Amino acid sequence: MLRIENLEKRYQTGDLALNSVNLEVPKGQVMALIGPSGAGKSTLIRCVNRLVEPTAGKVFLGDIELAHLGASDLRRARSRMGMIFQEYALVERLSVMENVLSGRLGYVGFWRSFLRKFPQSDIDEAFNLLTRVGLDHMANKRADELSGGQRQRVGICRALIQNPDLLLVDEPTASLDPKTSRQIMRLICELCEERQLAAIINIHDVLLAQMFARRIVGLQLGNIVYDGPPEGLSPEVLTQIYGEEDWEATIEAAKDLDEDEAEAELVEAVDNVITKPGSTT
Amino acid sequence: MPTQKIAGSRIWHRRTTAKQFAVWLGWLTGIAIFVYCWRLISEKTIWFFVTDAPKQAVDMAERMVPPKWSYMEVLWAPIWDTINIATLGTMIAIVIAVPVAFCAARNTTPSVHFVRPAALFIIVSSRSINSLIWALMLVTLIGPGILAGVIAIGLRSIGFCAKLLYEAIEEIDHSQVEAVIATGATRSQQLSFGIVPQIMPAFAGISVFRWDINIRESTVLGLVGAGGIGLQLDSSISTLAWTQVSLILLVILATVIVSEWVSAKIRHAII
Amino acid sequence: MNQTASTRIWKRPPFIKSPILRWGLWFGVAIYLALAFGTMEIDWARAAEGVTRGKRFIMAFFPPDFSSRWDSIQDGILESMWMTITSTVIGIMLSVPVGLGAARNLSYRPVYLFCRGILAVSRTFPEIILAIFFVKLFGFGPFAGFLALSVGTIGFYGKLLAEDIEDMDPVQAEAIKSVGAGWLQWLNYAVQPQVMPRMIGLGIYRLDINFRESAVVGIVGGGGIGATLLTSFDRYEFDSAAAILMVIIGIVMVMEYSSGYIRRWVQ
Repeated sequence: MLRIENLEKRYQTGDLALNSVNLEVPKGQVMALIGPSGAGKSTLIRCVNRLVEPTAGKVFLGDIELAHLGASDLRRARSRMGMIFQEYALVERLSVMENVLSGRLGYVGFWRSFLRKFPQSDIDEAFNLLTRVGLDHMANKRADELSGGQRQRVGICRALIQNPDLLLVDEPTASLDPKTSRQIMRLICELCEERQLAAIINIHDVLLAQMFARRIVGLQLGNIVYDGPPEGLSPEVLTQIYGEEDWEATIEAAKDLDEDEAEAELVEAVDNVITKPGSTT
Repeated sequence: MPTQKIAGSRIWHRRTTAKQFAVWLGWLTGIAIFVYCWRLISEKTIWFFVTDAPKQAVDMAERMVPPKWSYMEVLWAPIWDTINIATLGTMIAIVIAVPVAFCAARNTTPSVHFVRPAALFIIVSSRSINSLIWALMLVTLIGPGILAGVIAIGLRSIGFCAKLLYEAIEEIDHSQVEAVIATGATRSQQLSFGIVPQIMPAFAGISVFRWDINIRESTVLGLVGAGGIGLQLDSSISTLAWTQVSLILLVILATVIVSEWVSAKIRHAII
Repeated sequence: MNQTASTRIWKRPPFIKSPILRWGLWFGVAIYLALAFGTMEIDWARAAEGVTRGKRFIMAFFPPDFSSRWDSIQDGILESMWMTITSTVIGIMLSVPVGLGAARNLSYRPVYLFCRGILAVSRTFPEIILAIFFVKLFGFGPFAGFLALSVGTIGFYGKLLAEDIEDMDPVQAEAIKSVGAGWLQWLNYAVQPQVMPRMIGLGIYRLDINFRESAVVGIVGGGGIGATLLTSFDRYEFDSAAAILMVIIGIVMVMEYSSGYIRRWVQ
């Protein structure tokens, strides 16, 4: 689905953020991208939808090469890629519904969007998505009235209503508490599964990455230093990615988590029952 | 609710029908008022002059170039006067504005019912009357000259400085003042240890900002006889000495740019 | 700091560390003041005369006389209001494209410099100088005043709009870009919601400024209440002048109060 060839980004300050990265993400695969701050995780996914212009290399979405598209083709390509942001990045003064519908901007003309006259099919889809994430009763609230977890769910709806082929997820849990983090990660993974989406998830929490992703890519100073299943994250690998530290505890915890997964699901189900009506997570 | 259910699918509108109607009505009233005002103005306008204006403008511009550079010798003194009017006027304003601001701020005023309204009235009347009108009155009172200009700028700036300053005083972090009160400080000690340190940057910023504005305002006070470069502008325009006018405009442009640069530098250094 | 074994003396460190600079600054201020006062040609005799006459002069303002010139006061105030409204509307409409162009994060470098240039020039000259020229070009009357105020509004509003856009949250803007929105859609969904509340507040503030300025463009023939005011000064009808000033103050106060309400409502 997504193929990255020799992608390089050098900032104007001279810092090399990405050094000839090669990567391929097939349809339906959820890939977690881990690495320390400044490793270039954020730059990598922003180079894919060209919020950051790459200096060299190629990015293919399907058959389309993205790195050299003109303005209007780029817009069309962007509308096929959903992006979820660290600080939610909702437009705070718009309502939840307007935020979700803004995901359709690539598909409707200016005047329709200006007058907020979106096609009924888009509005149906928006309600479906909001119901799916348990927020349909919030549709007319302003985005800045929502809690962090709720905002991130709206952000997910905005990305999914684009009907994307690829999800770019930038630190979805960095501003959330541990429990909400897991809920959000689970939601993203389930939705990817349902819709057979390819996804790149930037995440600095190794535990969460191991829990939810079947493939992990480790980035260090703009180079890929690990690419494989979560089980392969040995202390040596983690040291290579993050530097010297006692990693045994982390790996143990991840193993426990796997075993606890079934139990966690149960707890989650109960939580959902409790928190859903008038949820204020 | 902007959302409603019709035949199974939910319709979404940005606003409820009543709200949408109110918005349209608001726009309609606004446009109607504008059109009405525009018609009244256009009734009082001789459109022949307006259509003729581009030709006039070209004509005027032609007569303005090249600027009469030799006239510069005459201008140095008025420039100096202009700067003095702005600077001294700002100083006067600050000296008076500080006590007024403390009287007007809710958390420092001696009396909310008597002193505060009086202070607010001083602020509003000083702000609503343009410095040019102040100058007009002062010229009749104490005669034409720089003094009238200085006082006019001073009177006009009191309101501005005091308003911004009292807003800054009201926005201070009260817990810091509480900490000072907790040590058993007197009111004047609270002021100097709890409040003044907090508003000092704002105070300096406001003063420099107003000085910058005053440079601009003092360039025109001469039009009513209150000194500064405006006097030369007025006499050059009335004698149709367009080459002098263009030079004066250039000088004003330069003065304003320099003063803006200076004030930006000072503000940068303080904050 | 004087440091001995038993007692240490503490003095509050001065704001400016270097003593040379500190004293130099004080010295400079002193010299400046001396020069300024020295070169100011003040006719102290005339001023003193004014002060003794001051009482009579101030008494002449009271009681304000609303009645004898009421017709011309009313005309002047209304004309000022028309000028205020039209110039604010037109000025803001014109300043939006200029402001967009002058925001560094929105426009290309040449456009940016061009728009910043427009803003700088229209902000430099006080409205009254602009009015002088517009009166020369378009003839006496409110049209010239309207133009002067409009140009002033462009400079003021355009600059603040540009600064507000430069200060907006870039992540929200990025998010809307990432869904593939067109430029206009991006403005409408990402920029407008962020800058709108503040800009409405500033628009009302500018309405207020324009009304006050409309009182002076009349002095040079630009229409509005200023002409009436100047006439009453020239005729030494200070009681009428006082009435005019009070009307101005009253209107400004009403506007200030209502603008407070509108701003809270917009938030």
